[in-house]
Amino acid sequence: MTRFLLKKLFIFLGAMFSISSLTFFILKAIPGDPFVQAENLPEEVLKSLYAHYGLDKPIMVQYLQYLKGIITLDLGPSYVYQGRTVNQILRDGLPVSAILGIQSFFIAVLFGGLLGSFAAIKKNKWQESAIVIFTSILVSIPNFVLASLLQYFLAMKLHIFPIARFDSIMHTFLPTMTLSALPIAFISRLIRNSLLETYKKDYIQTAISKGLSPNKVFFYHTLKNSLIPVVAYLGPLLTYLITGSFVIEKVFAIPGMGMWMIQSILARDYTVIMGLTIFYSFVLLSLNLATDMACAFLDPRILLFDKKRDILNEPIV
Amino acid sequence: MNQLFKPLNKSDFLPLSFKTVSKNSYSFFNLRFKVGAFIFLLILLFAIFGPMFSGYTYDEINLESKNLPPSKEFIFGSDELGRDVFTRFCYGARISLSIGLIAAIIDLVIGVVYGAVAGFLGGKIEELMMRICDSLYAVPYLLYVILLTVIFSPGFVTILIALTITGWINMARIVRAEILKIKNQEFILAAITIGASKRRIIFNHLIPNVSTTVITTLMLSVSQAIFTEAFLSFLGLGIQAPVSSWGTMICDGISALYYYPWRLFFPAMAITLTILACNLIGESLKSSFKVI
Repeated sequence: MTRFLLKKLFIFLGAMFSISSLTFFILKAIPGDPFVQAENLPEEVLKSLYAHYGLDKPIMVQYLQYLKGIITLDLGPSYVYQGRTVNQILRDGLPVSAILGIQSFFIAVLFGGLLGSFAAIKKNKWQESAIVIFTSILVSIPNFVLASLLQYFLAMKLHIFPIARFDSIMHTFLPTMTLSALPIAFISRLIRNSLLETYKKDYIQTAISKGLSPNKVFFYHTLKNSLIPVVAYLGPLLTYLITGSFVIEKVFAIPGMGMWMIQSILARDYTVIMGLTIFYSFVLLSLNLATDMACAFLDPRILLFDKKRDILNEPIV
Repeated sequence: MNQLFKPLNKSDFLPLSFKTVSKNSYSFFNLRFKVGAFIFLLILLFAIFGPMFSGYTYDEINLESKNLPPSKEFIFGSDELGRDVFTRFCYGARISLSIGLIAAIIDLVIGVVYGAVAGFLGGKIEELMMRICDSLYAVPYLLYVILLTVIFSPGFVTILIALTITGWINMARIVRAEILKIKNQEFILAAITIGASKRRIIFNHLIPNVSTTVITTLMLSVSQAIFTEAFLSFLGLGIQAPVSSWGTMICDGISALYYYPWRLFFPAMAITLTILACNLIGESLKSSFKVI
């Protein structure tokens, strides 16, 4: 167990280091910077700007300062928005995005789990086909299309929910629905497939033939052993929630991190791009670490064979 | 001992065509495949022949006919600059389909060769090759793509590079896993025994035998690529004006959603149907291969 953890931790640190170095050098390699592009500043002003942001120093010194900044959790100032730092942007944007993300996460797990278990219980009945068709359609609708459709029908035509902005709990309904649609479909498929797989196992047959009630067989024997693919899917799920938030926050005009990310990319605000990229990678990689541990807890055989990798290798259909 | 006295399974002796589980599941596969292929071909026809019949170009601005609803003159209506939505829709289809297909084929070539080589050679080389994959895979795919669009100016080629730089990894991992399953079977052993070269074994024996998995994955990576292109264009990081893409059309459509819903409706419908078609084809292929 310790060896497994150490190995995973080592990979985590290595990935963090290479991501932060790569983003730094890639963004340094781009010709031009926001000050040159913005307006025709006189030579002296440019020079003092460079000196203020430490851009006149050699590149290795800048790199070391940048690494030191990451370790001390100071991600530096924004070049475009005067007087704002990346940390401030995180402090303002993160709670908003986190609320949406957490809501969508729980709704996706709850409804996905229910739909998937229902489909597995009703195997070969019309309910199963209905759920399969419904989830195929849900998987195929891009989130920005779904967002605009919901906005049009539920907000503009029926006036059930507010159209955009982020003021009250009512404002979170449409974004949450959009964001959780695809994960619901994925999780329900995963649960259904893995429940059906588990039902074929000998120990389930044993439990049934011993005369256990169907509920007991389902909750005590089948469900726990079917959860690993879902836990393994949590990493990709978080990635989806983050990239989905870029779109959702644009469509619904929500001032979260996704909106800042897109704005800073369009404005070529390099420090903000770097800071947010590193923050996102940190969140994702630490969740991956956590899911690795959860998988190992659910199925100790994973410690011997890297089974999670094979589960994820299966394209989910 | 167990293996020796295993009772023979009757279905092992049946010819291949009898092995399909039931008629019902077979026809369901067929229906899904037919619907998917029909939608895909329809979009393909629009992409190839649409612009020839529309009588407009995608960037022809006509300020006198702004925001017209669908009519005889403009089949799908016109947008805020008086451009024909149908023509722009067809050009969008060209962009989406070509990005989807080209990216998927590049992924296919790199991924299959990489995965097959890693899976067959094994040992230290495989370990190294798969570690490279793992470390690339740890970084979220869309962050790469977005960073790359920052470095190069946004456009068709940039999207293609961004998509293929990470897209092949999934294919490589899947191919490797499949190769590991078949590389110890007798026919490979036979090929080694009669002295076939490594290259011949990989390209003539191993790769053809993983083609079912590869085709399934290919269809899914087409839909993934089409989605990513539209996603980037929607955010303003992809195809740039005046060239049209479904993503930019949807983005423009949302801003005028209340008064001119048809500007959103057609590209939104198209992209959903295309992705649905790819998924349907992929799913039906997967389930049919599983049965045999």
